[in-house]
Amino acid sequence: MKTKPKVIVFSGYGLNCEAETKFAFEEAGGKADIVHINDVIADPKMLLKYQILAMPGGFSYGDDTGSGKAYGNRLNNHLGPILTEFLKRDTLVIGICNGFQILTAAGILPGALTYNESARYMVRWVDLKIEGNSPWTKNLKTISVPIAHGEGKYVPREDGQVNIAFKYTEGAMCEYQHLPMNPNGSAQDIAGVISADGRILGMMPHPERGMFFHQRPDWQVQKETFKNKGKKLPMYGDGFALFKNAISYYNKKVTK
Amino acid sequence: MHTTRIDVILKTLDTRAREKTREFKRLGAPSLTDVVIVDSYITSANLSSDEKEQVLRSLVNPNIERGTIDNTIIEKPFTVAIEIGYLAGVTDNVGTTAMETITDVTSREHNDASVSSARVYALYGNVNDLEVERIKKSLYNALIERATLVTWNEYVAKHGFSKMIPHVDLHSTASADIVSLSVSDEELLAMGTAGIKGADGKRRGPLALSLKDMQTIREYFKTLGRNPTDIEIEMIAQTWSEHCKHRIFASPMEGLPKGIYKEYIKRATEEIRAKKGKKDFCVSVFSDNSGVIEFDKNWLVTHKVETHNSPSALDPFGGAITGIVGVNRDAIGTGLGSKPVANMYGFCVGEPTDTHPLFRDERMQEQMLPPRRILDGVVRGINSGGNCSGIPTTHGFLICEDRFRGKPLVFAGTVGLLPRKTAGRKSWEKAARPGDLIVSVGNRVGLDGIHGATFSSVKLDEGSPATAVQIGDPITQKKFSDMLVKEARDLGLYNSITDNGAGGISSAIGEMARESGGCRVDLEKVPVKYPGLAPWQIWISESQERMTLAVPKNKWKELSELAKRRGVEVTVIGEFTKGGQAQVAWNGKTILDLSLAFLHDGWPREELAIKEPIRVLTPLKRSAQSEFGTDMLALLSRPSIASHLYIAEQYDYEVQGGSVTKPVQGRGRVPAPSSVTKPVLSSKAGILMTSALYPTYSDGDTYKMAAASIDTAVRQAVVGGANLDSIAILDNFCWSRSNTPESLWDLREAGRACYETALAYETPYISGKDSMHNDFRGYDHKANPVSISIPPTLLISAIAVLPNALDAVSLDFKQGGDLIYVIGETHDEFGGTEYGAMYGHATEGVPSVDANAWAKIYKSYGRARKYTNAGFAVARGGLATALNTMAIGGGLGYEIDLKKLRGTYTSRHAALFAESQGRIVCTVSKRDRESFEKIMGANAVCVGKVVKDDVVIVKDAKDAIVATTVEQLQLAFEKTFKGF
Repeated sequence: MKTKPKVIVFSGYGLNCEAETKFAFEEAGGKADIVHINDVIADPKMLLKYQILAMPGGFSYGDDTGSGKAYGNRLNNHLGPILTEFLKRDTLVIGICNGFQILTAAGILPGALTYNESARYMVRWVDLKIEGNSPWTKNLKTISVPIAHGEGKYVPREDGQVNIAFKYTEGAMCEYQHLPMNPNGSAQDIAGVISADGRILGMMPHPERGMFFHQRPDWQVQKETFKNKGKKLPMYGDGFALFKNAISYYNKKVTK
Repeated sequence: MHTTRIDVILKTLDTRAREKTREFKRLGAPSLTDVVIVDSYITSANLSSDEKEQVLRSLVNPNIERGTIDNTIIEKPFTVAIEIGYLAGVTDNVGTTAMETITDVTSREHNDASVSSARVYALYGNVNDLEVERIKKSLYNALIERATLVTWNEYVAKHGFSKMIPHVDLHSTASADIVSLSVSDEELLAMGTAGIKGADGKRRGPLALSLKDMQTIREYFKTLGRNPTDIEIEMIAQTWSEHCKHRIFASPMEGLPKGIYKEYIKRATEEIRAKKGKKDFCVSVFSDNSGVIEFDKNWLVTHKVETHNSPSALDPFGGAITGIVGVNRDAIGTGLGSKPVANMYGFCVGEPTDTHPLFRDERMQEQMLPPRRILDGVVRGINSGGNCSGIPTTHGFLICEDRFRGKPLVFAGTVGLLPRKTAGRKSWEKAARPGDLIVSVGNRVGLDGIHGATFSSVKLDEGSPATAVQIGDPITQKKFSDMLVKEARDLGLYNSITDNGAGGISSAIGEMARESGGCRVDLEKVPVKYPGLAPWQIWISESQERMTLAVPKNKWKELSELAKRRGVEVTVIGEFTKGGQAQVAWNGKTILDLSLAFLHDGWPREELAIKEPIRVLTPLKRSAQSEFGTDMLALLSRPSIASHLYIAEQYDYEVQGGSVTKPVQGRGRVPAPSSVTKPVLSSKAGILMTSALYPTYSDGDTYKMAAASIDTAVRQAVVGGANLDSIAILDNFCWSRSNTPESLWDLREAGRACYETALAYETPYISGKDSMHNDFRGYDHKANPVSISIPPTLLISAIAVLPNALDAVSLDFKQGGDLIYVIGETHDEFGGTEYGAMYGHATEGVPSVDANAWAKIYKSYGRARKYTNAGFAVARGGLATALNTMAIGGGLGYEIDLKKLRGTYTSRHAALFAESQGRIVCTVSKRDRESFEKIMGANAVCVGKVVKDDVVIVKDAKDAIVATTVEQLQLAFEKTFKGF
């Protein structure tokens, strides 16, 4: 039996999407552990057991002093060298929502996230167009997944340097619910960014909340269409592909 | 002292500031042009200049922010700046986080140093003193915060804002006072009403004890041969409060020797459980912080709905956030710790457009907040509490009615998830054992929230204590919640757990002491926010985000080490004992020694007098000119019907990944009356949540009001995906004028409806709560006395487990050509309805419920539902509103003919707008027509079809009586709360 790629999902201080993120990786064929950041700080070397690092969504430190800042500082100040070592290896990293804010605050990804154009926390579904090359988004063109954030407006670095992973686009969800494509006023409609080599992905939308087909807002309408055609409802939603891609990145290597 | 001030400002567009500008203008500062927001951190840490730079870098994100150290940050002269900071001793979460950051970046400890956070709003444009005062008031809560005005000249002269760090002055050591009860009955009554007299001669705040209560207490201490201490009186008052003991529900009434709770609510559940036999899904009801029912073979779900009305009237944001975070703790405190998996909210407020001022005092100094401010505040409170905690808000509602402007109702509920077994034990059972340590978890105790329990047991007036307001801190709670329900519970580190809600540790420990048979607390060990608190204050303070555990001595080390790793404060404050006494010591001296029997059961029972009220009922007065189409649109814009999407979409309903049918449904994003979510991602099963209430039906008949609330909640559950035999319900009574025999008669009638209706549907009550004094007594803008009482309200919440969550059905029309069915009968019922309110405030003809007959229909519907592709339980606004909601949801029109409708209705407007209960509208694809009709038989009539074009046509035989478009409907539906 081949060993499953190992995923570490960070938790603690108000992160709150660790359980569903772990579930998504395991559904995709990985073995995921939720580990409190303080337990990693107590034993930093444990990080090197893992291939994939996930910084899930949540409200770390209640967004006090700015979203992601305090957790990002904690990462840098206590885990800086080991993170550098982790990133040097052939590893994958994903930061989702607050996790993305943490990665930018820690300087692991460029740019910053600030208050939505509406200055209000907002929950809705968005459509994303895939840009750039990343193991996370391999073979994907557009996906629909939800957002839920108050500080999701992406501001690039002053030199403009950015590798875009996703742009908000007008797709199935915008058409279905008559929604504007850019939910938060992000520069260049940026919804997610990648590191230069594509291994580190940060994104405001939540792929783990769109991993099943029944999570789509239009699944009940689609159900009728499928029924009319005598077909069964699909099981998975668009978001699942990201987790699948990450796991197969390693599984393919093993078979090689 | 070394102090350093770091100011941070956004370089990019600050949308918060832009929104504040709009908000302040709306408050009445029309010439305000701009607002600049500065976030500030003032620290007492002794930092080198290099370290200061390091700290600055970690507090400033250079991409979007800039910062300064001990210098001015604003360049453009402002008109005035308002600085908001915390008062000394108040928990400052931002400050705590910033201090952690300082410790982190400087890699050294800064003993005794702290950070005080502040936020500055610099105002630009022509704003006068009065306007500044108004803006200032909207920005802070004087109980916990301070607001300072700074002029431009001061700012420039001092090179920035003040570097003052507030600190608490040490008081002399406080102690417990002896209270003499050898006083006149007048004095006893005064003490019971306004509180014990302090050394300064001022009374300490309401005890909410009657003369009879006070006399009973006097007798008890006579038998002990001593006078009580203040802390003893306070504990008795808290324990005996209406809020904690539900005395009205427990007191005998004419024809009900055991009272409403035992004779109607509890009895209904007992009889239903017996009838269900093997199909009984209740696990633990009425005995714990939430009701517990079965979920699947591995899991149980818990549910509890609370109200937080009184605090929300004074501080809507604080009231609502502590409401939601507090009911989350009810879940965590259920069984050995239930993990919150879904929140619900409900607001009943005055008409948001109403601006008539109301005052709590005759001198018109203390103005009540207008309905719009209350609504904005409670919406933000649930937003902050729910979103920060990572719990999806899957259900909610908004009701607007004039009589809620004196006291709003704020409901908050939480569904939790419990494994059936944890650490080898049944998870729903718990008991503190003698010898277990009493452990306090979470926040520290302060003056906030003193007399909350007794205060919410009386009407709101001038004497209402300001300290009754508490402050919420969801992240502290999130940290201990994760530690408890994700780790400590499954390690078996404690024997019992409860939350510190109303009544603080007095209530929590007092309740847990019953499990072991006693307690002894060393009160000086309780962690406090600042010194100088009197023992009684520590004992009854409702400072938030705290829980109490019973920890076996051999588990303490493991628990305290775990807590340390998770950044959670845990403290041993005493021991559970046996022998039947609750004892509290202060620095070694016993200051409280009460028998648990007297404490919990010693309160005097009196039969409550009831009297049938005389009601003069008004009929519907529909104007001859009104048109059906116009009425239809007008109904859609009524605030209790109109879309409150702006609220639903700012509450995260996707977190935890379980959403199936969402609280916002369809193409038209319509707030839905029910939703289904999967709390266990690996299980097929789901839970459905819904609720219903009809406060205005009480103007005609409280029996019918209660029956309709139950029927609608049950029907919504059945339509949304639940089978009738899987539904459990929760009751939240919010009553008014509860000291009058007429109001109690109405209460008894509602109770009777609860018994009879639940029995017919076989829906057991699993949890309930009541709030009996929702009255306001104050003054209008001319200092005339006004009293406003809410219409007696019963919120029924329903929860049901769906074996397959994907059986859920949403409300939106799905495709052109689908057939529209109406189930149930329509009658001329307008009393208390939305349509009735539009035409003469009709109270005659409150909709009736025939639960025995309808139960059979709902059971059939459960079997036929798989052939439906959209469904809606007809409720507020009648059949027309049901159809219109489905049309807006689907973005599809419809054509119906009223002539086939069943029932005794005598007019077209009754067919369209009467709120007859028991009705369902659903759509069925042509391919499923036969299968559906075979099950429903004559109970379902096909009235028309969904059309794919944007047309809405209602006919009565040959006459077309309404012709409009979905676009028109949607505009009407969405216009009421546009811009909120």
